[in-house]
Amino acid sequence: MTLVSISGNLLFIAFICYLIATFFFGGAVRGSKTETSKFEKKWGRIGIVITVAGFISNLAYFITRWIAAGHAPVSNLFEFTTAFGMMLVGSFILIYFIYKTPLIGLFALPMAIIIIAYASMFPREITPLIPALKSYWLTIHVITAALGESILAISAVAGLIYLLKNVDLTKKSKQRFWLEIVMYTLVLTVGFVASTTTYKVMDYEATFSYVDKEQKAKEITYNAPAIFGMNEYKVLSSDKMIPLVETPAIVNAKKLTTVTWSLIFGTIIYGLLRLILRKSLSAFLQPFTRKANLQLMDEIGYRAVSIGFPVFTLGALIFAMIWAQEAWSRFWGWDPKEVWALITWLFYAAFLHLRLSRGWHGEKSAWLAVIGFIIIMFNLIAVNLIIAGLHSYA
Amino acid sequence: MNNIICACGHENPEGTVLCGNCGRPLTEEAENSKLVDMRYEGSARRSQTYNKTIIDKIWNFFSSVKVGITIILMIIVAAAIGTILPQVLYVPATTEADIAAYYERVYGTFGKIYNDLGLSDLFGSWWFQTLIGMLGISLVIASLDRVIPLYKSLKKQRIKRHESFMKRQRIFATGEDILGEDSFNISERKLKELRYKVKREDGALLAEKGRFSRWGPYVNHIGLIIFLFGVMLRALPGFYVDETMWIREGETRAIPEAPGYYLESKEFILETYENNQSNEVFSEAIDRVGTIVSNYQTNVVLFKNQENALPGQIDNLQQVKESSIQVNKPLKFDGYSVFQMDFRLNELKTMHFNLSNKSTGETLGALAIDLVNPEPLYDLGNGSSVELKGYYPDFSGFENGEPQTKSPVPNNPAFLVKMYTPNTPEGETSFVAIKQTVEPLGVNAYKLEFQNVETRDVSGLTIRKDESLWVLAIGGLIFMIGVAQGSYWNHRRIWLHKTNDGRLIVAAHTNKNWFGVKKELDIVTEVAHLPQYIDQHDLESEEFKKDGEKSS
Repeated sequence: MTLVSISGNLLFIAFICYLIATFFFGGAVRGSKTETSKFEKKWGRIGIVITVAGFISNLAYFITRWIAAGHAPVSNLFEFTTAFGMMLVGSFILIYFIYKTPLIGLFALPMAIIIIAYASMFPREITPLIPALKSYWLTIHVITAALGESILAISAVAGLIYLLKNVDLTKKSKQRFWLEIVMYTLVLTVGFVASTTTYKVMDYEATFSYVDKEQKAKEITYNAPAIFGMNEYKVLSSDKMIPLVETPAIVNAKKLTTVTWSLIFGTIIYGLLRLILRKSLSAFLQPFTRKANLQLMDEIGYRAVSIGFPVFTLGALIFAMIWAQEAWSRFWGWDPKEVWALITWLFYAAFLHLRLSRGWHGEKSAWLAVIGFIIIMFNLIAVNLIIAGLHSYA
Repeated sequence: MNNIICACGHENPEGTVLCGNCGRPLTEEAENSKLVDMRYEGSARRSQTYNKTIIDKIWNFFSSVKVGITIILMIIVAAAIGTILPQVLYVPATTEADIAAYYERVYGTFGKIYNDLGLSDLFGSWWFQTLIGMLGISLVIASLDRVIPLYKSLKKQRIKRHESFMKRQRIFATGEDILGEDSFNISERKLKELRYKVKREDGALLAEKGRFSRWGPYVNHIGLIIFLFGVMLRALPGFYVDETMWIREGETRAIPEAPGYYLESKEFILETYENNQSNEVFSEAIDRVGTIVSNYQTNVVLFKNQENALPGQIDNLQQVKESSIQVNKPLKFDGYSVFQMDFRLNELKTMHFNLSNKSTGETLGALAIDLVNPEPLYDLGNGSSVELKGYYPDFSGFENGEPQTKSPVPNNPAFLVKMYTPNTPEGETSFVAIKQTVEPLGVNAYKLEFQNVETRDVSGLTIRKDESLWVLAIGGLIFMIGVAQGSYWNHRRIWLHKTNDGRLIVAAHTNKNWFGVKKELDIVTEVAHLPQYIDQHDLESEEFKKDGEKSS
C-alpha cells in the first residue's frame, strides 16, 4: 500500500468518526430533562472521544499526504477545503474543552462532514506545484488563513444554534423565512455532492467542441448531462444528452450545468426531507437546541470571532501580502480572492464594532455570525469557481 | 458648557453617564436601567460635550461608530461590485479605446455599461479612494474621541464606588459577611494568586487585571493609520518604482529606473514536470492535466557602471553578481527587486542566407543577419556583397508599395537588399521575406537563399523599488500587536465592599469573556465565603423570554 492510499484511508476513517460522533452528540442533548447532567456527560464524553480520534486520523491524513507530496497539502481546491474541514473540527475541540458544550458538536461536525464531502468532489490526485506556489509561504499563508476561517466558522455554528432556539417558528416572520433559507442552502451543498457522485458512479462523460470568448475553437468534457451548452457547441460523443439551451461565450456552461444539477438534486433532497419529517428543517432541529443556554451561545459566538479575527488577519491579509510581494512583485493587486478576503475582514471588523459600540448582542450578533460564514464560503466556492483570477488553481 | 455636579461633589463634563469619582448614575436613563452601560466607563467624550463650531460638527460626524460602520459597508459593497468582471489591470488591452472595445466584445452590453460607469477601474477611482480616506479619518477621530476620556477615567478610578454603581453591574452579589475582617484578607490573597492587582481602602477592595487590553483597539487603529499613511507615501516621486523590461538571451540592457545598473541575460529556462519514476506521486495529475510547468527562470549577471562613467557607457561594466531569477525568488540589490514575470520562447535571432545563382545554383558566399542589429553591408569576398537597403522586423504587408512593419520585434523579418556580384556590378534589388521573394525591379540572376535561423528566448522582468514597505510592515505589526492585545486578554475588575450596616457587596465587570471572570469569582467566593453572585444579564434575558412567551 502506498503512502498516498494510506493517507486516503485515514481521511475516510476521520470522516466516519465524525459521522458517528454526531449521533452521540445528538444523543447527549436529546436526553430527558430530569437526568440531564449524567446522561449528557456520558454521551457527550463518548462523542468527544470519537471526535478526537477522528481528528487524529485526519491529522495523520494531512501529515502522510504532506510527506508523499513533498509540500503542504493545501495546494488545490480538494486539499484546501479538506484542511478547512479538519481545522473546523480542531476549533470545535478547542471550544469544547473551554465550554463543555456537546451542542456545538452536534452542529459543527455535520458542517465539517459536508465540507469534506464537498472537497472530495474535486480532483483528488496529488498535483505538483506550479512555479507561483513554490514557496514556504504557501504553507504559512494558507494554513493560517484556513485556521482563522475555521475559528470564525465556529461563531456561525453558535449563531445558528442561537437562532434555532430563539426564533419563533410557530409564527410567520422574516427570521423564520431566512433561517429556513440557510438550512436549504446547506442542503444544496449536499445536492452538489449527491449529483456529482451519481454521475461519477455512472462514469458519465460527454465531449463538445465550442468557440470561446476569444473566438478560438476548443473542446470540453462534461461529467454530467449537459443542460446548458457552450457557445456554438457541437456534440462529439454519441448517445449523450443534447443541451437544452446554448449560452453566450462569457458563460461557462459546464459550471452552470453543475450548479443547476446541484440545485435540482438539492431541491429534491430538501423536498423529500420535508415529506419525511412533515415539518421545516428548522422546526426539526429546534428541539435539539431546547436546552441551549442562549447567553453561553452568544458568548461562544463572540469569543470565536475574537479568537479567529486576529488569526484570519495574520493569515489571509498580512502573510498573503508578504507572499504576494515576493511572488507577484506587489503586495496587493485587487485580485478577486484578495478583495473577498478584505471584504471578509471588513465584515468581521464591522461585526466587532457593532457589538462593542452599538451593543448588538444576542440575535443580531447571531445573524451577523451566520452572514460572515456565508461570505467565507462565497470566497471559498464562488470566487474560485465562478470569478476567474490569480487564485484559480483548482 | 454645563458641568454636572454629582452628589459626591465631583464635577463632571456634560455628557457624562457615570460619575467619574464614585460611579453614581448621572442621567435619568442610567438611573432607570437595571444595568449600567460600562462602555468608556460612562465618561463623556468630546463629541458629546461640544457641538457648536463647524469643526465640532465634522468631529462629531467622524467620531460616530455608526458613520464608521456605514463607510465600511459602503467599501464592502463597492469592492464586491469590483470583482464581478476583471479590472482593467487584468485585461489584455492598454489604450482606452482598446479597453472599451474589449469589455464590449467579451462581456457584451453588460461589459460596456460596466466599463462606461468606470467600474472596470473601480479601485483606482477617486470615489473609492475617497471612501478609504474617510475610513482613515474616522479611525483617527473616533479613536481620539474615546481613548482620552477612557484613559482618564481608568487612571483615576476610585476603589470605593457608590452602591448604586455596584448594584447595576452585571455580576452582583449582596449578603451577610460570614468571615468578618477575614473575608477581605482571604479574598485579597486568592485574587493575588489569580494575578489580580489588588488595592484596598477602608471597607473596600478593588481587584483589577489586564487593563492594558483596553488599549488594544486604539493600538490596532494606530497600526492601520500608519499602514494607510504608507500606502499614500507611494504616490511621492522616488518612493516607488514599477517598470518592466524585456531582455533577450545574450543581451545586456540598462535596468529602467535603476541608474547605473545593467543586466545581462545568460539563459531563460522553462522546465516541466516529467512523468517519470521520481515524480511517481504526480503521475495521475500529469496524465490528467497534460503539461505542468515546474520552473520559470532567467539566469542573469548584474553589472554596475564605473563611478566616473558617462551615462549609457557600457564598455567598462563591473560585475556585481551572478544570479538566477525564479518566480518567488526575485533578484535583490540596492533596494530594487527584479521579478520573473513573463517570457517569449524562440524569438528569431539570426537568419542565415546564401547568395546563389538562380540558374546554376552556384553559391557565392554565406551571410548571417543579426535581426536586432543588422549590418548595412555584408561583404562576401571575391567581389560579391549584399547591401541591406531596408529592414522590416515585423513585416505586415505593403502599403502604397512600401513594406510596413507592425513592431520592432523580429516576429516576421523581411529585408530589402541589393546584391552585387562580379557579373552584376550594378546590383540587383530583391525583397526577401519568410517564404516570399519579390523582385520589384525586374528579374534577377541571383537570389538570397534562406538556409536556417537561430532563435533565443526572451524574459519579461518586472523591476520594483518600494521605499514604503517598511512603513507598511510597521503598520501591520502594530495592528497585529493591538488586535492580539485586545482579543486575547481582557480587562477584569472585581469590587468588594462592606456597607455601613455590615453587609458585603460584590460586583464584577469584564470587557469580554464573562465566562472567565465568573470562573475566577467562583473560586474567590468559595474560599472567602462571599455571598453567591447572580448574573443580572441572564435574569434580564430570562424575564424577557417569559414576557415573550406570555404575549405569544
